[in-house]
Amino acid sequence: MSTATVKRRRIPGAGLLSMTAGLQRITLITGLVLVTGFVFVAVFAPLLAPYGLAQNSADGVAFVPQQGPSAEHWFGTSVRSEDVFSRVLFGARTALLVIVIAVVLSLLVGVPLGLLSGYVGRWVDRVLVLVMDAIYAFPTLLLAIVVSIVVAGGTSSSLGGMLSAAIAITVVYVPQYFRVVRNATVAVKTEPYVDAARVTGASTARIMFRHILSNVTGSLPVIITINAADAILTLAALGFLGFGIEPTQAAEWGYDLNKALNDVSNGIWWTSIFPGTAIVLVVLGMTLVGESIDETLNPLLRTRRAVTTVDEKETADD
Amino acid sequence: MSDVPAASGSLIRVRRFGWTRGGGSRQVALLRYLLIRLLLILPTAWLLVTVVFFLMRVIGDPISAAMGGRLTQDQIEQRKEAAGLNRPILTQYWEYITGFLHGDFGRTQDNQAIGDVVITYGAATFELVFWGLLVAFAIGVPLGRYAATHRDSTSDAVLRFAAVLAYAAPVFFVGMLLKLIFSVWLGWFPVGGRASTDVELALQHVSPKTNILIIDSILYGEPSYVLDVLEHAVLPAVALGLLTGGIFLRLVRVNLIQTLRSDFVEAARARGLSARVVTGRHAMRNALIPIITVMGMCIAMMLGGAVLTETTFEWKGLGYQLAEYLRARDFIAVQGIVAFIALLVAVMSFVVDAVVALIDPRVRF
Repeated sequence: MSTATVKRRRIPGAGLLSMTAGLQRITLITGLVLVTGFVFVAVFAPLLAPYGLAQNSADGVAFVPQQGPSAEHWFGTSVRSEDVFSRVLFGARTALLVIVIAVVLSLLVGVPLGLLSGYVGRWVDRVLVLVMDAIYAFPTLLLAIVVSIVVAGGTSSSLGGMLSAAIAITVVYVPQYFRVVRNATVAVKTEPYVDAARVTGASTARIMFRHILSNVTGSLPVIITINAADAILTLAALGFLGFGIEPTQAAEWGYDLNKALNDVSNGIWWTSIFPGTAIVLVVLGMTLVGESIDETLNPLLRTRRAVTTVDEKETADD
Repeated sequence: MSDVPAASGSLIRVRRFGWTRGGGSRQVALLRYLLIRLLLILPTAWLLVTVVFFLMRVIGDPISAAMGGRLTQDQIEQRKEAAGLNRPILTQYWEYITGFLHGDFGRTQDNQAIGDVVITYGAATFELVFWGLLVAFAIGVPLGRYAATHRDSTSDAVLRFAAVLAYAAPVFFVGMLLKLIFSVWLGWFPVGGRASTDVELALQHVSPKTNILIIDSILYGEPSYVLDVLEHAVLPAVALGLLTGGIFLRLVRVNLIQTLRSDFVEAARARGLSARVVTGRHAMRNALIPIITVMGMCIAMMLGGAVLTETTFEWKGLGYQLAEYLRARDFIAVQGIVAFIALLVAVMSFVVDAVVALIDPRVRF
């Protein structure tokens, strides 16, 4: 749909980098490096990881459980004798897959609904806003739990687990896309160019998706990055509570942290520190990128750098 | 929240507490606003409860979910019959809603009234969220003020980065780190729980029993018990507090910077007041209002965070209990607790809006 337009103007790249300076540039570069590293690890996890994600022996020799970091096992081994390093690498893959599915689904649901609500108005708007506000007010984690119970329905395969986590996250974030698109649509629908399109006989659908859509997606990249960061946290929280993904099917950082809870009490640090740090780095990277894009591209923030409004609210609202 | 239509044609500006002396119309407008806002809770709450009810029924009936494999098909049917789960879903829904209005949230698998569970364990969660908010304020407000008054300095950059980091770190990971460092390695604080076993046992006999251990221990009148309870609260509170502390820091910083630019601050400065007085007395008050407006969100967030923090620290509150019920696949209990929290959030957001309307004269209604 609008990705082409968005890409031309908004996706961070050399142009964006040259618009920044000083601290802002450091922030952006740090964020980009972290995110690129995350994507790289996620894509090439099978090549980078020394062992499989559920492998607990090599060449017929079983791994010793709960062993500290060594040359064979850089990040040590877990209570189930898996290689922590391999699981951390494979965890990136799970996280990337889940957030990509979640973001795509959120866009597919949230954007059209927002357009419809904003453009059509009347009772459609009232009802949708009420529903979305109700979802939005709900504590995100609890909502995600309820949805993932419903979607998974007790079954758990690798894809099923990831998909149910992704759908749970989608439900949580749809209201944000909806809100932004709806409010922007309300603001632009009285513009002369919309009237002009209507006069030429364009259909409602054409006006919505052709004329209005490309004018209301400006702030989506920022929301996407910030939501993606938040989605990683929600996914980890779901995993921490023991949801969704079977440990033998895919590695998930939150799930591994839950299994490391008892280790912590026994002073075993490597099973928790490494997956936890992975989460922090990825979320940090995405947040930094999101905020840099926001600060650089938002003219309001560019001229008065400190008076951040949009990203402050976003973070607070999450 | 702010979408409430203006009560009368003109947008009435109300002075600080002006409605007490400012004549009838303002008072009426405020009351009307609060009433509309109060009524708006109802559809929201109804929607949430309904959605939760139907979602939880999509997966099938709660008895097969919990007992599948453990009981024979006949026994399951018997139980379902007894629990009234074989009746039409709308009948069940009606019963659930009317029960809800009477404060009856249903029963858990081990036949406890969910209302009682919520009250008993809710107190523990309330205590945790309270400590967490305290830490969040203690961290966020002074540091945010410092960052704003030292804008663009190195320490400002460090603080802003720290705020982002506090946001990026999952609350349970922070909890595990704190536990590892301060309980296991340094041995300063207990590993988990709300109090030592003997203290908890002793506090069982306090009357009136609030289940808020800090109050119970004070009522018990044994200083070492109070200390014990506090010691147990430190790490969970810090873990939970960091979550919203970073947000508070950023909000205070941004709003203070904005307020420091405004005319009335300029005027105060022109009158020769010291920078400290200008910031503390004049600017801070206005910079804190946005914090109150996001309080509802923050509390919702903290309730979610509490589920995780309680699991990390074995803090036996509503979140810990929720995780237990989830593991046991007791979906009626899960449904009850989630619906209760949804209701709580709806009420909290009303309270927040009401407080903001009372203290902020710029709120239109």
